Amino acid sequence: MLVLPAVAGLAFLVLPLAGLLIRAPWSTLPQRLAEPQVLEALRLSLVCATAATVVCVLCGVPLAWLLARVEFPGRRVVRALVTVPLVLPPVVGGVALLLVLGRRGLVGQWLESAFGITLPFTTLGVIVAEAFVAMPFLVISVEGALRAADRRFEEAAATLGASRWTVFRRVTLPLIMPGVVAGAVLCWARALGEFGATITFAGNFPGTTRTMPLAVYLALETDPDAAIVLSLVLLAVSVVVLASLRDRWVNSP
Amino acid sequence: MTADGLRATLVVHRPAFTLDITLDVAPGEVVALLGPNGAGKTTALRALAGLIPMSGGHISLDGRPLHHLAPEQRPIGMVFQDYLLFPHLSALDNVAFGPRCQGVSKAEARRVAAALLERVGLADRATDKPRRLSGGQAQRVALARALAVRPRLMLLDEPLAALDAHTRLEIRSQLRRHLADFDGATVLVTHDPLDAMVLADRLVVIESGVVVQQGAPAEVARRPRTGYVARLVGLNLYRGIGDGTRVEVGELPLHTSEQLDGPAFVAFSPAAVALYRTRPDGSPRNLWQATIGGIERHGDNVRVHLDGPITAFADITPAALADLELSPGQRIWASVKATETHAYPA
Repeated sequence: MLVLPAVAGLAFLVLPLAGLLIRAPWSTLPQRLAEPQVLEALRLSLVCATAATVVCVLCGVPLAWLLARVEFPGRRVVRALVTVPLVLPPVVGGVALLLVLGRRGLVGQWLESAFGITLPFTTLGVIVAEAFVAMPFLVISVEGALRAADRRFEEAAATLGASRWTVFRRVTLPLIMPGVVAGAVLCWARALGEFGATITFAGNFPGTTRTMPLAVYLALETDPDAAIVLSLVLLAVSVVVLASLRDRWVNSP
Repeated sequence: MTADGLRATLVVHRPAFTLDITLDVAPGEVVALLGPNGAGKTTALRALAGLIPMSGGHISLDGRPLHHLAPEQRPIGMVFQDYLLFPHLSALDNVAFGPRCQGVSKAEARRVAAALLERVGLADRATDKPRRLSGGQAQRVALARALAVRPRLMLLDEPLAALDAHTRLEIRSQLRRHLADFDGATVLVTHDPLDAMVLADRLVVIESGVVVQQGAPAEVARRPRTGYVARLVGLNLYRGIGDGTRVEVGELPLHTSEQLDGPAFVAFSPAAVALYRTRPDGSPRNLWQATIGGIERHGDNVRVHLDGPITAFADITPAALADLELSPGQRIWASVKATETHAYPA
């Protein structure tokens, strides 16, 4: 009774990917991959996703530590808030970012007048949009690792005279490193595929804000074969990420 | 009263449990906190280290108050039950961790660590990660790591419990030597009377969060004051009322060689109890009729549980067991010579 729907489910997940491989214009693939627009979109995607991941690690790891280690009132509310971008439609996230960080936004106004920084419709905006959407992946992964880590190692470090910061840097962080790496990889993959928040907040300008997903969407209307090629590249990157994650961190903690 | 060493009154309230003990340890002295599981030994140790907040009391070390300081500010070294060596650091870096936290340069910290590893006989394992060390080696690295911060108070939580019997013997004597070299105060927690007797200068026995007995190991072993301590040191113990050379324990008068009046304890070894199928001739001073409650192996001998006017253990040889043809439920005569008993004020 269960096998039939299970097979149907599997086919549903795998067939579209197989279709992508079958319909791919394999003969012209090398030329198409070498096209400047493709390379430009790929470079922009990789740079923005990596930058967004760095931002997420720098802010997300301390945030996860706060949620896992420090008792404070409203901690459950904060944890719920952190996971909101996970379920929020990315477009809504993009609109929200515009309202706050846009040129006439609450914070954006001040950023522009005080520092001359404009976020919307810039590469910096792409990074902000991707970080907003991808951060929860990192926070949840790292918080889980922190909760699973044996806190008595931290106590042992404290009895040896280590301050809170030293304990975190020299004991906690090395112990939860697998969780941080897994979270960062997930975070990076999510940032790489980001579409909704990016196009809403950062727009779609070739060279500055047109990342791979945006290029795929655009190409689909003008040149379907190009869209397939771009999709293949994203698929290949995802598979590589998944494979590295499984082998190095998921199966052997 | 000296200001040196550790002087502590530890009060910790927990749901359904309160720890309230006073502990004084002189510099160079080793005190063992001995007690059954759940007595509060580890709670006391963690309170001394500052790892759990105290509900009351105070701690001072060499005259300086300690209880308001965070763990990292206390001049302590702690060896945990399962050592808690940092798995990502080599043995050397584990030992160098404390000095590094005290602001010593990396090179100097490593020099100190190498010297300590040498002292515990592990100079050749310095680059090994903890998972490659045996239990006994990990224990010695943990000790070196705790000594590396040059503590004034050394805390050891069941330092030998995780070791197998053979390693334990070896590490116990090494630990004794290292603790003898240490000039600060040492508090060690154990539930093993042998560890306590060998390692400690003084025993403090805790039951249900309070101190029930303390003294030199030989004194505690000779004059147990609770059933728990008596079982630990392997003695039969009774509380009664002394009247000259007689102590009334319930209905049974026990004759002793000591003169004693008022509340008193009487203790005697299970090996001092003789068993007879029929009422023996002559006149042993202490003779009573008992029922056999159970029989079990005890080392090379057999331990017979006796019910009756007093419950007692009797240790007899397997040959004697065969001669007597004992079985549970059987009625039997038991006797103890007055000179084999030991009475002391309660």
